[in-house]
Amino acid sequence: MNGKSLLVGPFNRVEGDLEIRLDIAGGRVTRAEANSPLFRGFERIMLGKRPEDALTITPRICGICSISQSMAAVLALADLAGAEMPPEAMRAAAILHGVENLCDHLTHFYLFFMPDFARPAYAGRGWHGQMAERFTAAEGSGLRAALEARARLFHIVGLLGGKWPHTLAIQPGGVTRAPSARDRIRMQADLRQSRAFLERQLFGAPLESFAALETAEAMAAWETGDAGLFLRAADDLGLAAMGRGPGRFLSWGAYPLPGGPGWSGGLWDGALHPADPAMVAEDLSHSWMLGGAAHPMQGETLPDEDMRETAYSWCKAPRYGGLAIETGALARQAVAGHPLARELAEQAGVTARVGGRLLEIARLQLLLEDTLAALRPESRFMERAELPREGEGVGLSEAARGSLGHWIRVEGGRIAGYQIIAPTTWNFSPRDASGTPGPVEAALVGAPVAEGEETPLSVQHIVRSFDPCMNCTVH
Amino acid sequence: MNILWLQAAGCGGCTMSLLCAESPGVFDLFEGAGLEFLWHPTLSEATGAEVRALLERVESGAQPLDILCVEGAVLTGPKGTGRYQMLAGTGRSLLDWVRRLAPCAAHVVAVGTCATYGGVSSAGENMTEATGLQFEGHHRGGILGEDFRDPAGLPVVNVAGCPTHPDWVTETLMMLSAGELRAEALDALGRPRFYADTLIHHGCPKNEFYEYKASAEHLSEIGCMMEHLGCIGTQAVGDCNIRGWNGGESCTRAGYPCIACTAPEFEEPGHGFAETPKFAGIPVGLPTDMPKAWFMALASLSKAATPARVARNAVADRVEVPPTLRKPRG
Repeated sequence: MNGKSLLVGPFNRVEGDLEIRLDIAGGRVTRAEANSPLFRGFERIMLGKRPEDALTITPRICGICSISQSMAAVLALADLAGAEMPPEAMRAAAILHGVENLCDHLTHFYLFFMPDFARPAYAGRGWHGQMAERFTAAEGSGLRAALEARARLFHIVGLLGGKWPHTLAIQPGGVTRAPSARDRIRMQADLRQSRAFLERQLFGAPLESFAALETAEAMAAWETGDAGLFLRAADDLGLAAMGRGPGRFLSWGAYPLPGGPGWSGGLWDGALHPADPAMVAEDLSHSWMLGGAAHPMQGETLPDEDMRETAYSWCKAPRYGGLAIETGALARQAVAGHPLARELAEQAGVTARVGGRLLEIARLQLLLEDTLAALRPESRFMERAELPREGEGVGLSEAARGSLGHWIRVEGGRIAGYQIIAPTTWNFSPRDASGTPGPVEAALVGAPVAEGEETPLSVQHIVRSFDPCMNCTVH
Repeated sequence: MNILWLQAAGCGGCTMSLLCAESPGVFDLFEGAGLEFLWHPTLSEATGAEVRALLERVESGAQPLDILCVEGAVLTGPKGTGRYQMLAGTGRSLLDWVRRLAPCAAHVVAVGTCATYGGVSSAGENMTEATGLQFEGHHRGGILGEDFRDPAGLPVVNVAGCPTHPDWVTETLMMLSAGELRAEALDALGRPRFYADTLIHHGCPKNEFYEYKASAEHLSEIGCMMEHLGCIGTQAVGDCNIRGWNGGESCTRAGYPCIACTAPEFEEPGHGFAETPKFAGIPVGLPTDMPKAWFMALASLSKAATPARVARNAVADRVEVPPTLRKPRG
């Protein structure tokens, strides 16, 4: 096959808008460019507003990571004010946030990622019939069951947060609703339903068994539930070796709790390093933005209205110490020290990313159960937090799909700077000034393309394995 | 009826909320009502080239389209080109696609406050020149123009909300499918009256506090949030406290104010979202359909008559004083 180019879009079942340009030669992708084709300008919207307006506006960056955005804004304002939530409010906020992340993982696996294996192109594979029954888009029995489980789980967010998405319940000083003993019992009942779904359908076994897996080999041998079905197809299609990321994994640390974070942060590249936000800079060489590379506390958002030819995305290119890094559930679990995740991080391909997410689903259900069991309804859930008229704040959090940061600068009681780096800004960043591609762009190189494929299936598996949220990417 | 769903400049949260529909879930509900997605960016299998071919068939008329749903504001910038949002793979702006496809549809539904009025996407300086389909904030117009009507004579159906309640969307679509949504079923801002004829205040669990103007002073206190905490549930349309969200809850039930997310320009209140603007100590925004003097007279009377139970609970984070039990007769 001679060299050619393909433009893939609209690229759906990723949250938001994505276009991928591929160069292909010899039946393989030789170069990829990821374009985030939507600019809404949230960082501009925030300028001149009251700092506390971030609590209402920034969750609306994203309808799927809404509480993650809320948490990052809350932590940035708390940092600005030097405030901390009371212990029980930390637990309540972690429950709100954890439920969203768990639901997002289910949405990704059942609605976004798995339906590709039900495509007619895979008819004839030993696993295809079962896949089609479970995962055909909008029809599959697994997908419908997951949607029901997800809606029930969101009752917890309803109870503590009023509605999902876009709750205003989490504040720098705590949470707005003090749950009662009855509320806690009710939420525990909701969590039992969630466990039942995970054990009956996703894992086909006690979720402690999946959480206890220690090696990639042991995971590959997992046979039961929808997880087993995925692993069977992944093995057949060679997905473990497909879509290798940069091998450097970032997590800011998730779920601040009274004794420290539920899962600690760091940078994993085969060894663990502390994660230092001072190492972050956003490069603008290939994005339709004006100005130079900057740390987010100094960064600006000046869109290039002419959309110059030498750039190809509205997404900035964040780099950590000058390097592209990958973020997400796999990163979080590897950084937090789980042996399976650390072994999968060496593979760093499609199977590793999805396996890391399955592992996190099991572990997150357990974390939610423990956090709810520890919640003391008789306590205080809100302290007053006064915001200063001058200052800076950083809010670092973890969305389902990876590391999220908000950087706020306040002058004269108004926002003078607000910069956001979302998980998919990291994973789907364009090239930087040195020509180094972003993680997904690098991961796509080498992906097999069959004769006549206009939207290569391998490309779809790789792109979706990152669980991109394009709404957050550019914001 | 078939539905083509496009995501313009928004957060996708109205789709995410739609997926929270329960008893039954959205797929079963639509199946039963004879509704199917021709394509939905979050839910459909088709991607890339398959979708481009479908859009071209709809545009040419080869594929009939019953309902066009647009979620998110439409960006007209920079400089009127719409290039702040190109529909991936097509080389054309969302602005261009929506303008071309809307006349092909039997009905056009704007889903969410961004699509209806511009919403949060049009906040601040609005450098992207974001607008709704048939309104720009309070002003009629938008990208389809004030005079746009579908073949049945309906304007754009504005299912406003940030996000929309799943049932507002499913019930609107089912009513359209059944031919039961006529122009008189929409209010002056194009919103379905089945949820826009009620106020967030209706069914609010803080009603007893409201009656006595027993007010919360800080978030997490359970009193009424109108006087100090920016709640405009007495002026905002919606049935959130009647219908309930995510298992029967709502913003005010969770202890934070209604910010009237179903209304044009809610994103720019001109004051903090959780603070009540006052003039000489009196809240500026009082209920819209009541003479101010009457309201003030009733408020001062009821404040003076506030039972100690209500006054104390209003500034607590849970009920501290339960209702007095009635003595048995005899």
